[in-house]
Amino acid sequence: MPTREIDRIEGTGLPLRGDNIDTDRIIPARFLKAITFDGLGDHVFEDDRAARPDHPFSNPAYAGARLLLVNDNFGSGSSREHAPQALQRWGIGACVGESFAEIFRGNALAIGLACVTAPPDAIRGLMALVEGAPAMPLVLSLAERALEADGRRVAVAVEDQVRDALLSGTWDATGLLLDDFDAVRGVASGVPYVRGF
Amino acid sequence: MGRTLLQKVWDLHAVRPLSTGQTQLFIGLHLIHEVTTPQAFDMLRARGVGVAFPDRTFATTDHIIPTLDRGRPFADPLAEAMLSALERNCREFDIPLWNLDSERQGIVHVIGPELGLTQPGMTIACGDSHTSTHGALGAVAFGIGTSQVRDVLASQSLAMSPLKVRRISVDGRLAAGVFAKDVVLEIIHRLGVKGGVGYAYEYGGSVVDAMSIDERLTVCNMSIEGGARVGYVNPDETTFDYLRGRPFAPDGAAFDRAVSWWRSMASDPGADYDDVVEIDAADIEPRVTWGINPGQSVGVTGRIPAAGSDGGAAEALAFMGLAGGDPIRGTKIDVAFVGSCTNSRLSDLREAARIARGRRVARHVKALVVPGSQAVRTAAEAEGLDQVFREAGFEWRGAGCSMCLAMNPDRLEGRQVCASSSNRNFKGRQGSPAGRTLLMSPAMVAAAAVAGEVTDVRTVAAAAAP
Repeated sequence: MPTREIDRIEGTGLPLRGDNIDTDRIIPARFLKAITFDGLGDHVFEDDRAARPDHPFSNPAYAGARLLLVNDNFGSGSSREHAPQALQRWGIGACVGESFAEIFRGNALAIGLACVTAPPDAIRGLMALVEGAPAMPLVLSLAERALEADGRRVAVAVEDQVRDALLSGTWDATGLLLDDFDAVRGVASGVPYVRGF
Repeated sequence: MGRTLLQKVWDLHAVRPLSTGQTQLFIGLHLIHEVTTPQAFDMLRARGVGVAFPDRTFATTDHIIPTLDRGRPFADPLAEAMLSALERNCREFDIPLWNLDSERQGIVHVIGPELGLTQPGMTIACGDSHTSTHGALGAVAFGIGTSQVRDVLASQSLAMSPLKVRRISVDGRLAAGVFAKDVVLEIIHRLGVKGGVGYAYEYGGSVVDAMSIDERLTVCNMSIEGGARVGYVNPDETTFDYLRGRPFAPDGAAFDRAVSWWRSMASDPGADYDDVVEIDAADIEPRVTWGINPGQSVGVTGRIPAAGSDGGAAEALAFMGLAGGDPIRGTKIDVAFVGSCTNSRLSDLREAARIARGRRVARHVKALVVPGSQAVRTAAEAEGLDQVFREAGFEWRGAGCSMCLAMNPDRLEGRQVCASSSNRNFKGRQGSPAGRTLLMSPAMVAAAAVAGEVTDVRTVAAAAAP
């Protein structure tokens, strides 16, 4: 299976302020009417950007950013993988936030988009730093659980399982899940409703 | 120490620990639809992998279909391409598809329970966040994304991290005019839209015990709006009575064996919970959302909170065009929508019809009723509910997701305000970027449709029909 090991994500940052930014806002439902994920990057936050000309995703200072900085409960709502797909296709390589919604985080992991967390004041500090100096390079190291910016080092949290999946290149789980298919058959044959009671 | 249903189901379905530390979990039932699967099938083909258990995979179409003109090809070529892809994929991989011409077609979370596919003790996955709905029958059901749909198609399993369990006990008696929708809006309001992250919600207490399966489906449906990916109710006699005789439920002696197994999967008395929350039913009023997430709701006799009351209130009020301190009652509406996987079952339509009967939709309001499945539609017509709605000025539509997420011709325009029985009031959710959604129960939607504004269904119900 095609997978790659992911440790360091380097590049500039993009601060996107606000709690509970849902996946309908990240990619409105009309862009789900397609049978591929192609072109989703062009429509990331389309309606928010139209409503707000100074939206960070429209700001040329943040063009080419790799690290998305967000606040609390980012990615709530719909399970559409189109949301992390749109962010990744726009160019985002990792999300650093106060917290993430559970399905969003799982979908992000499944496509190799790291989501790590840091305390609210650390996120506020990083956002202010990047807003003041958008060209500043940031380096996220999953192995070291740290984000480096401007010579400072911010500790980030990431679940062991998520970190290991990214570091070992097993975030695309299909291969892993098919490694021992006999074990799947074994469990299936022991489940009463599969056996027909 | 007693175990919870979640722990029992997890242990039974655990295939093996993965090298990442996650658990490989067998998925007993995979439900698929047109929106989140085409890319998953393409990935299978690209990798030369087949569908592991096509007999445990079932398909229907719901999100993109028109609810007025269901003729093919659809007017929208993108919608047509999506349904065509689903048809092709189901043919190629031998997956049963309940298509537009089937009496079994409907919203995936309505037909699963209705057909008896959803059963206690199962693990269920579907590429839709409202998969939590199926927990109403005592299943553990996960909403997943497209890459995980691929994983389930390929291996009938998922790589999962364990969940904690929060027991939410609602006790006492609900007042007249207060419904399951109000209970779950109250829960989300109290615990917050991210309160459930990392948890499965187990709903119980005398109120939940007394609920019908339809009502439990409504509660479990909105678990994800409180951040909980999984929500469930322990199986009981109500569950078994509901399942008896349904097309995919076991029958004869197998049904009796199933019941004793289903009963054994319920949480043990004295099970160990990570958290317990108790709610007094007497505190629950009919609720209405005033903001841009489902946690932002008030009782219908309450006032809209002030801008500074929570972190997001100012942004929400600005978007909604509402003023903090104003009563929510009297908020003008333009559209009324009864439908969605939350509230489109026969009992929901009956409650809405009880209010609509003998009344008229306000002249400035566009009102539609969208049954959750063709079977619900047929059953409602057999009772004459379609006539009640039509005579009151509601449109009566074919089964689908409709205006809940507007991936079809049903959508808000401009800054319209919609009284909606659906599950999400996010910015732009109902198809217009500036459109505004007020979530409430189906009876409250019908009352708002008639009054032309948010109104207390208890007052309407008490007044004699004109």
